[in-house]
Amino acid sequence: MTDASVTPTAAPKPNTSLHQTDARTRKRNAAEKRFKAYGIAAILVGVTFLVILAVSIIRSGLPAFTQTVISVPFTLTQEQFDDAESQLFKTKAYSGHFNSALVETLKAEGLEVSADAKAFERILGKTGGTLREFYAENPDKLGQEVDFELSASSRVDGYMNGRVTRENMEDSRFLEKADLDTVDALIEVGIIKEAFNWNFITGADSGVDNPGGAGIGASVVGSFFMMLVVLFLSLPIGVAASIYLEEFAPQNKFTDLIEVNISNLAAVPSIVFGILGLAVFIQFMHLPQSAPLVGGLVLTLMTLPTIIISTRASLKAVPPSIRDAALGVGASKMQAVFHHVLPLAMPGILTGTIIGLAQALGETAPLLLIGMVGFVARGYPDGFIAGFTEPNSAMPAQIYTWAARADVGFYEKAWGGIIILLLFLLTMNILAVILRRRFERRW
Amino acid sequence: MYDQPNLESTVSQNDIKISADKVQVYYGENHAIKDVSVEIEDKTVTAFIGPSGCGKSTFLRTLNRMNDTIDICRVEGNINLDGEDIYDPKVDPVQLRAKVGMVFQKPNPFPKSIYDNIAYGPRIHGLASSKAELDEIVEKSLRRGAIWEEVKDRLHAPGTGLSGGQQQRLCIARAIATEPEVLLMDEPCSALDPIATAQVEELIDELRSRYSVVIVTHSMQQAARVSQKTAFFHLGNLVEYDDTSKIFTNPTDERTESYITGRIG
Repeated sequence: MTDASVTPTAAPKPNTSLHQTDARTRKRNAAEKRFKAYGIAAILVGVTFLVILAVSIIRSGLPAFTQTVISVPFTLTQEQFDDAESQLFKTKAYSGHFNSALVETLKAEGLEVSADAKAFERILGKTGGTLREFYAENPDKLGQEVDFELSASSRVDGYMNGRVTRENMEDSRFLEKADLDTVDALIEVGIIKEAFNWNFITGADSGVDNPGGAGIGASVVGSFFMMLVVLFLSLPIGVAASIYLEEFAPQNKFTDLIEVNISNLAAVPSIVFGILGLAVFIQFMHLPQSAPLVGGLVLTLMTLPTIIISTRASLKAVPPSIRDAALGVGASKMQAVFHHVLPLAMPGILTGTIIGLAQALGETAPLLLIGMVGFVARGYPDGFIAGFTEPNSAMPAQIYTWAARADVGFYEKAWGGIIILLLFLLTMNILAVILRRRFERRW
Repeated sequence: MYDQPNLESTVSQNDIKISADKVQVYYGENHAIKDVSVEIEDKTVTAFIGPSGCGKSTFLRTLNRMNDTIDICRVEGNINLDGEDIYDPKVDPVQLRAKVGMVFQKPNPFPKSIYDNIAYGPRIHGLASSKAELDEIVEKSLRRGAIWEEVKDRLHAPGTGLSGGQQQRLCIARAIATEPEVLLMDEPCSALDPIATAQVEELIDELRSRYSVVIVTHSMQQAARVSQKTAFFHLGNLVEYDDTSKIFTNPTDERTESYITGRIG
């Protein structure tokens, strides 16, 4: 009661010192400190997981970039060639000649190796095919000494990387413990060594029994063509749709419905887009299966909502005073949008587009359904148009395929593929940040 | 009865530029402008005054159809510019806005160079056929905008880098670059300091020799300083419209008197 009759000194304010925090302030400060601690803890947990992830990817993936090779100088004479070609098992004959040459080389080094053809096959993999292919293409090399660098079998590769050890391995048809002695001997004289695996970056996928020859190059090309399709379809369609919805469309129930549905589409699982693509593009329109064109179309559907949402947000962020200014000097609505609003919204649109593309680049599920997974890409497409229509794989699809294969050699290829995929994503995200910084204008 | 504007005492020396007849503006269900009839003279500064939300800005924006951009806004009645109905379906608002320029409350230069700010209007209306001609228009507009001396050495610096008062004069120069006949100003000095305000007011007074200027202002002193005619709006009605000197010394309507003496608003 603040009645006049009550003496104003009825409830005197306690005499407090600023140098003494009262209980209430202490409590508030403590709450703030606790909240900050939660935040820091959350960030630390996130960073820890990120570091664990990065370390494990790099540790598992790096061996994919090296390959154990066996380099042996080898001469195939014309007689040996004719002899091999006349046999029933031609590649076996080539292997035989190579193996004896190898034994000779070792003898010259003063090493006595007791290994039969099977043992050599376990160590070297199937060399015959490679040799036969080489001499069929280069008949003039017959009788000359050629330095061959053949990739070792995946188990030997694993032994070099430390994945396979004497302790953890068991004798199998892939590798026996005794073979490791041979391998050690070969390492000693420098015949078996590690080399950087360019083929992993530039090459195409290999057969299921040859992880050493597998490369991600062809699927990088496949991903590139898919991204071209996505970029050239989703950017114009998405931006046009957003400009219309944001600047021109009347506000009514119908546009509200469209708006809600665009937001919903952004949340639709990607595999749903995959099955839609299968039904529409392949089964109904009869576009080629496994083609980057179809992959790109499906990913376009998936990327459109992302681009539309980010474009609309950046258009909304342009201050209305700019539109007023343009209309005020007699610009038409379209001039106002294209001369003033769009340039100001551009950094946001570009960032949204690149993030949408990055998302599409890493998408695997829809590619499962249109046949870009499990397919062995044998090489590069011949030509630009063929790049869209010829069957190919894509990076995430290739990684998925490798991860599903039985040979453990493919395991590290999958990790290596992930490193390359992440490098691409990182590049794109950095590009997005740079574009944003560069074109950002202030008003 | 209060709604009846007192026009008898108006002694018109100039031609009528804009005449509005029984204009109604609705925002959805909200009747924002009620039955406003007013005649705006050429080569005169006309001030719209009134308390916040009285509809003076809304009415100003109906004069160059800036309200068209608001979906729910609906205008009834007649507004004629030089005897032509501006709400006629044949009228393209873009052409209208080239004739009736507008300056806004907050200075809103384009985030481009000073030169491009001025040149934009003439460019889109095709007023210049060569670079030299455009240069001339830019210089002339900046001179009329009373800002030429300050910016002539940095025409290619961004317009957003100027001070608030300079930006507003740049916006006025931009508005007159398209050779309008009427200049609408929506509280052009409300974001400016007193010195910049004085410069803009001086400029408005100079502009009177060429254009019909309509200015919305919250400051009665400003209305008294720059305008020859004043219209007082209250709750969507035009209460009184007369010579500025008469409005401020001897208003007919008691609401005008209350507002001017500070009792309402």
